Amino acid sequence: MPAPIRLRELIRTIRTARTQAEEREMIQKECAAIRSSFREEDNTYRCRNVAKLLYMHMLGYPAHFGQLECLKLIASQKFTDKRIGYLGAMLLLDERQDVHLLMTNCIKNDLNHSTQYVQGLALCTLGCMGSSEMCRDLAGEVEKLLKTSNSYLRKKAALCAVHVIRKVPELMEMFLPATKNLLSEKNHGKEAELCGLLYPALVPQLVRILKNLIMSGYSPEHDVSGISDPFLQVRILRLLRILGRSDDDSSEAMNDILAQVATNTETSKNVGNAILYETVLTIMDIKSESGLRVLAINILGRFLLNNDKNIRYVALTSLLKTVQTDHNAVQRHRSTIVDCLKDLDVSIKRRAMELSFALVNGNNIRGMMKELLYFLDSCDPEFKADCASGVFLAAEKYAPSKRWHIDTIMRVLTTAGSYVRDDSVPNLIQLITNSVEMHAYTVQRLYKALLDDISQQPLVQVSSWCIGEYGDLLVSGQCEEEEPIQVTEDEVLDVLEGLLLSNLSTPVTRGYSLTAIMKLSTREILNRIKKVVSVYGSSIDVELQQRAVEYNALFKKYDHMRPALLERMPIMEKTASNGPTEIVQTNGETEPSVPDTKHPPLVTQPANQVRACDVWTYHCWGYICVNELHSGLLVIPPMTAYNKNGLKIEFTFERANPNPNIAVITIHATNTTEADMTEFVFQAAVPKTFQLQLLSPSSNIVPALNQGSITQIIRVLNPQKQQLRMRVKLTYTHKGLPVQDLAEVNNFPPQSWQ
Amino acid sequence: MQFMLLFSRQGKLRLQKWYVPQADKEKKKITRELVQTVLARKPKMCSFLEWRDLKVVYKRYASLYFCCAIEDQDNELITLEIIHRYVELLDKYFGSVCELDIIFNFEKAYFILDEFLLGGEAQETSKKNVLKAIEQADLLQESETTFASSCVKLIL
Repeated sequence: MPAPIRLRELIRTIRTARTQAEEREMIQKECAAIRSSFREEDNTYRCRNVAKLLYMHMLGYPAHFGQLECLKLIASQKFTDKRIGYLGAMLLLDERQDVHLLMTNCIKNDLNHSTQYVQGLALCTLGCMGSSEMCRDLAGEVEKLLKTSNSYLRKKAALCAVHVIRKVPELMEMFLPATKNLLSEKNHGKEAELCGLLYPALVPQLVRILKNLIMSGYSPEHDVSGISDPFLQVRILRLLRILGRSDDDSSEAMNDILAQVATNTETSKNVGNAILYETVLTIMDIKSESGLRVLAINILGRFLLNNDKNIRYVALTSLLKTVQTDHNAVQRHRSTIVDCLKDLDVSIKRRAMELSFALVNGNNIRGMMKELLYFLDSCDPEFKADCASGVFLAAEKYAPSKRWHIDTIMRVLTTAGSYVRDDSVPNLIQLITNSVEMHAYTVQRLYKALLDDISQQPLVQVSSWCIGEYGDLLVSGQCEEEEPIQVTEDEVLDVLEGLLLSNLSTPVTRGYSLTAIMKLSTREILNRIKKVVSVYGSSIDVELQQRAVEYNALFKKYDHMRPALLERMPIMEKTASNGPTEIVQTNGETEPSVPDTKHPPLVTQPANQVRACDVWTYHCWGYICVNELHSGLLVIPPMTAYNKNGLKIEFTFERANPNPNIAVITIHATNTTEADMTEFVFQAAVPKTFQLQLLSPSSNIVPALNQGSITQIIRVLNPQKQQLRMRVKLTYTHKGLPVQDLAEVNNFPPQSWQ
Repeated sequence: MQFMLLFSRQGKLRLQKWYVPQADKEKKKITRELVQTVLARKPKMCSFLEWRDLKVVYKRYASLYFCCAIEDQDNELITLEIIHRYVELLDKYFGSVCELDIIFNFEKAYFILDEFLLGGEAQETSKKNVLKAIEQADLLQESETTFASSCVKLIL
């Protein structure tokens, strides 16, 4: 069989392939040749074949059939073979492969080889990808090599030991004695690396090494741009960080050297900055004194002014981490940070934005907001959502005045309206209702914004809602804060109708508009509204249709309830807990009463809470219908269920929310006779299609002469909405005699069960 | 360091060194994604980016991208220096290195990398020492082959 083609030859050939298919063909041919060569157990060319296989592997083709060949190469006596063999092992034989462990013996032998380069190969391979079993088996050998006088091997052994300990932490003790000796060596080296493993007593020695490094003379082979061995400096600093993290004494011992490094390092090149950066990270992590921390933050501040964008990036990231703990120090660099908002690089802009939001406080809110709004205007779309949310949060926390707050919100809605998050609409509505004195101003501004642009849905939704609620203020031109505009009701209706008809409006927006139109019906222009509403009664959109139908019904059958239902919403208080049923409503009067000096709470409110208020608004005429208005607007009339022998029992009704099939009946028993009725028991029975629940009575004595009453609550579940009927049984003692009576109650008002 | 990748501007992989065990499929996926991400970066952008839960440091030298993935607590700036040191080593070894050198001598690129980094950490910070070690190893290799076969100098 002819000699297999050389590696370079193969590479050259494959590169001439013009298409993927051609390349694949060549590779397949070569793989076949290699496979047959492997089968022949050809020692001379195994090395070459595996090298070719590795090249093809890099191109993305499968090479697993070469795994065993790599093992054979490692076991060979020739250095060339071993070199390629170990390379192959590192590429193909990671610890997930079954044959991985077969390497162990070879590596063990090679760790004891006479040639240091072979030992080096073995150490390197073990240190890169040794599995835990392998590490366990070979730890002893590595430890032996740690003590060798050969510095070339010692360094490799040290790093290999680090890997071993990472894989098998229990072996750490084994390496500790050798480690201590390493540090007392004078020469540069990675030995210090190993000592990172939790040995606080080493701090003084490390400090000394670092000092020597900085002070020592020029060592050309180790230095980079005039700084001696920056790699080692960084590693030592990193070590100090780990050692000083939770240890006060160690931290104190490091203070001086850290300050020294921080002030003496040349910053003209990246190298110097790399060391400074590591120093800053270390200072921040250990328990350093405040002066040192301020020094660190000032270094970061200087980084921010650096021309190199990498340095600016790194500075912003670090500042972001420290802004919570060293807030004041970071504040000093605020203007530089805000300038970074205008940077060209996306990552820098994002970090500057996050940092800016973290730095906003009551004092700088106006200035910062100006910058942030400007940023919102001009930034990329990917930022707009986050920036808008951040602006809302910051405005909520630190708004200097309500008007400023509302202006800021409006600005966000008009510039980045389509990017605000969904939950911001209910939040904003809640905020607006709470700012009672700003209602007129708000609705006017929103109306004007609507005239300009109806494409931004959140803006349109908030505006429609406000117009619906405060339309009267708009029309009456009551605005104090700015020049009131002259608007007629017809014009308002035009705008809202326009929203319904526009293609730009989403179904949700249309819902808002329709309801807003409906709310305006408490004023004039009734006919026009009726017409609009009835048109949408046959809309394709189910939600819209349902609303229209319900509103239509409101016009026709329940017109007397219409004003009450469409009154202005009461002020919604934010409660801390979740769930729609826990919304506290103050009252349902026409003018919302002044909120009891409660500044809107600072917590962000879960979205569904306010949504429930919307539900109340829009579906208050729907299922829930009546009687959740605690203002006592009872629409179901009470009835007298029983009236005999001086005992009168009245029923009052409520329809339960959330389950509309439950009627809650409260019985009131009164006694017109001169004697008390004692041991009073009320029992009730209902037909089978109903379910009854009787709660405990307030007492069992009905005082004489209407001096008091017994109340008791009955809950009736009526899923089939059948006519309510009830049989009651009354037992009591009157004037010493037991009395018992049965009665049928049939005259329930239809509203209690329909 | 978790891994280092070298790839061309067309996205062809020239070197891959993994310091954490990964399934082959996973390696391919990571490589593909990362290459796409880095190639999409504009020239004015930072050398650092956040990717999955790692930090990625990359730098372009002529037609090759050098890309390292480091952990959260590692120092990005010093990683740039490590990349630069590796490029210097390659340059010294090949004499004004270019992409073709790395393509045709990829195994040597690996050898040099393995003399410079071990387990993801820099093992030798002296340029001279690294190059000396490589040189000696190469000599060892050559002495074997000239001894074994008379005509073939390049065993590969």
